[in-house]
Amino acid sequence: MATPRSAASRLLQNRAFLWLCLIATNLAILALAILLISIVWQGWSTLDGDFLAQRASRKPENAGILVPLLGSVWVCAICGLVALPLGVGTAIYLEEFARRTRFTRFVQTNILNLAGVPSIVYGILGLTAFARMFGVFGVGADAGIQLGDQDSLFYLRLPFGSSVLAGGLTLMLVILPIVIISTQEALRAIPPSLRSGSLALGATTWQTVWGMTLPAAVPGIMTGSILAMSRAIGESAPLLVVGSALFLMATPNNLMSDFSVLPLQIFNWAQRPQAGFHDLAASAIIVQLIVLLAFNGVAVFIRQKLQKPLL
Amino acid sequence: MTTETRRAGHMNPETGTTTTAGSKSAQHGLGGLPAPAIGHTAPATPATTAITVRGFSSWYGSFQALKKLDLDIPAQRVTAFIGPSGCGKSTFLRWINRMNDTIPSARAEGTLELHGTDLLSRSLDVVELRRNVGMVFQKPNPFPKSIYDNVAFGPRLHKKYSRSELDQLVEQSLRQASIWNEVKDRLHASALSLSGGQQQRLCIARAIAVGPEVLLMDEPCSALDPKSTLAIEELIETLADRYTIVIVTHNMQQAARVSDQTAFFYEGALIEVGDTEKIFTTPRNKQTEDYVTGRFG
Amino acid sequence: MADLTRLGRPKSVAVRRFRERLIVGSLAIAATFSIFVTLSILVVLARETLIFFRFPDVSLGEFFGSLEWNPLLGAEKHFGIWPLVSGTLLVTVIAASIALPIGLVTAIYLSEYAGARVRAVLKPALEILAGIPTVVYGFFALMFITPALQKLNPALESLGTPESPVSFGGYNALAAGIAMGIMILPIVCSLSEDALRAVPRALRDGAFALGGTRFDVSAKVVVPAALSGIVAAFLLAISRAIGETMIVALAAGGLARLTANPTNEVQTMTGYMAQIFGGDAPAGSVEYQSSYAVGATLFCITFLLTMLGQYILRRFREEYD
Repeated sequence: MATPRSAASRLLQNRAFLWLCLIATNLAILALAILLISIVWQGWSTLDGDFLAQRASRKPENAGILVPLLGSVWVCAICGLVALPLGVGTAIYLEEFARRTRFTRFVQTNILNLAGVPSIVYGILGLTAFARMFGVFGVGADAGIQLGDQDSLFYLRLPFGSSVLAGGLTLMLVILPIVIISTQEALRAIPPSLRSGSLALGATTWQTVWGMTLPAAVPGIMTGSILAMSRAIGESAPLLVVGSALFLMATPNNLMSDFSVLPLQIFNWAQRPQAGFHDLAASAIIVQLIVLLAFNGVAVFIRQKLQKPLL
Repeated sequence: MTTETRRAGHMNPETGTTTTAGSKSAQHGLGGLPAPAIGHTAPATPATTAITVRGFSSWYGSFQALKKLDLDIPAQRVTAFIGPSGCGKSTFLRWINRMNDTIPSARAEGTLELHGTDLLSRSLDVVELRRNVGMVFQKPNPFPKSIYDNVAFGPRLHKKYSRSELDQLVEQSLRQASIWNEVKDRLHASALSLSGGQQQRLCIARAIAVGPEVLLMDEPCSALDPKSTLAIEELIETLADRYTIVIVTHNMQQAARVSDQTAFFYEGALIEVGDTEKIFTTPRNKQTEDYVTGRFG
Repeated sequence: MADLTRLGRPKSVAVRRFRERLIVGSLAIAATFSIFVTLSILVVLARETLIFFRFPDVSLGEFFGSLEWNPLLGAEKHFGIWPLVSGTLLVTVIAASIALPIGLVTAIYLSEYAGARVRAVLKPALEILAGIPTVVYGFFALMFITPALQKLNPALESLGTPESPVSFGGYNALAAGIAMGIMILPIVCSLSEDALRAVPRALRDGAFALGGTRFDVSAKVVVPAALSGIVAAFLLAISRAIGETMIVALAAGGLARLTANPTNEVQTMTGYMAQIFGGDAPAGSVEYQSSYAVGATLFCITFLLTMLGQYILRRFREEYD
């Protein structure tokens, strides 16, 4: 005969587990709190208007983040302008048009794999394909084709070299799988019965997508895209590989300009021996986190306000 | 024993037309059970055939869903498909507007024609077919748009309309679907704010708006409460004058109430088809009799 | 009654068909881009790794056989991959031992216990954690965790020997591992929570109806039911940790050596790559090319982990109807 377990010991076990859960959860929040508080504490004093307006300098007092901040804007803008149409288009094709064959399953698996590739590997790809263009246009500083005047907005140089364009395209590679997957999920959330309803009215598949499915999925797609861009803003390793500049005085003025980005400036300053630069790094982190909160806030807002139940 | 049916006058306030509604007589029919109220006598004009079906079979992969069906579906009448679950009636319905095209493993053989046009032909313009043959689904599926945009969605696909033309079209469709008075003040509210019965009538209005000849209804009332069901059955009566209606239903009493002709399906085969009155009072086939008297199903 | 069909002007079917064919064609081309990306990664890594192995000092046997990695030592170059792999492994193990248990338990709490108010606070907090750039974690490790750990040094002195001291230097594996663990914790938590929530209510109801406590239900019914999703979550988080660069570049160090001592300075595969690509080694040199070889190894490892995770999901996921 089996030994009965006392109710008391089982309830104790239940209680103990609840405590374990609370401890674990609070540890997670505690970690976040310590991280944020310690960095804000360190960086708060050096965060001021000058900090945002100044450029690079050998002396911490004179250094600011104007150049990497604008560099981040340029790079992320290019990244977004390419990644979003490409990613949403791919997702629409896979979800709405492609028939379920072995090939489409292969493409799907491939995208999941790409989502798991370390970002530094994308940096390597970006370096070879965009910055150097496989050496097709020659190697070295003066190699390649140049179109237009270096100071104008419409300057183009092949290969792209360590330019904002190369950086933006490399970042695009990093977030493309994320955009695709989140858009697919947003499209899947639209029930099939709605598509049937549209087809039964004599709509083609594209008319169904454009007229019904896509508009209904827009909040989900926007949320996913904003979170993907939020990720792009914080990426550093791939841009390090592509050739982000370490000490740059000029903000970008065309697609071929040299660039630096805010996360890499933080990386740079953190490695300097002078404590003054460490404080600046903390200040830059505060700016970076404010941007992050802004993006996440918009995404959450969209999710709460615009996502209506569809059934 | 036949039940005497008369059509009492019934004025539909929405459309302003008069239709005759069924009288509910509770005389005894087969097996001592009360005869289902048969409320549909054929209108004066004789029936022409809209859809011709000969030797029609269909498969999902290697599973044969429909076995050599033969029937004629008359124009501007209501035809009901009845039968137990899984007998193929919904499958057959979906072939009429080629909705089974969305299922890769579905295929069909035989003759299925709408006014002589071969519906199984690969070169058929399926888009135009579906404009001409509308469908209302079991669970109401309004789009997450306004009521106006739901109804206007279909017409905008096929033609260009001016704003006033579209307004006119939306109003007429909603009137025909007996829902205009309930929504005319909130056309731009979300369709999802309507009740289930209203949503289904909206879906009917949506289907009507593209100007079809045929309306296919796949158990349109099974997800609705009895009051909404009654409203839709009355609607079907008014619509029957203009449209060829095929309705799949689980509810035999409903079939008896609304239809002119009934087809009884069982396990993919068409067991019997004929005037609704005959099917429910003097069916030729034993299986039919067993089903309509509730011995199985 | 107006005849509905006489309103409106017809649209051109041919134009519509042509336009749609164009649109769908463009979408299909977009979809093939992802295949291009994978092919390009494979081609680039393979090509450059081949160039690396063509160098006279380098051989496949040494790459997989030697336990020393010091390409920058001038005359005596060794290219054994294991020190870098061990560095990655050490940091990852530390990170996983923090993130996996805490993440899973937090996920169980969120899914099985927490009320709406707690969720409203916790979920955004975890999303913020998930969105913090990795360089911030690296900074935190370098500036706060390492000094805190260094306070423990007097207590640890007795554990070590003169040759292998147990003492936290300015760069050490533990600080990087802790920061990495905090970084991947939200991933473990949110993916595990998704897996737990996917278990249908009916299972929980059945277990409660048998007289189970909430612990019984959560630990003995729900978690086993969601196990494939949880394991996949673990694998994904570990894969992220392995591929992460900035934390280790800032806090773990640049000394490639075979060690299991968390107080030591180590270098991971990604840290090495960041050092080379961000540094002065001339393109085409053996040091530069070695970075590609390390990258190829890294890619293979994360690829295998991702495939394993997908296999587990496909094979063992319970289908609830």
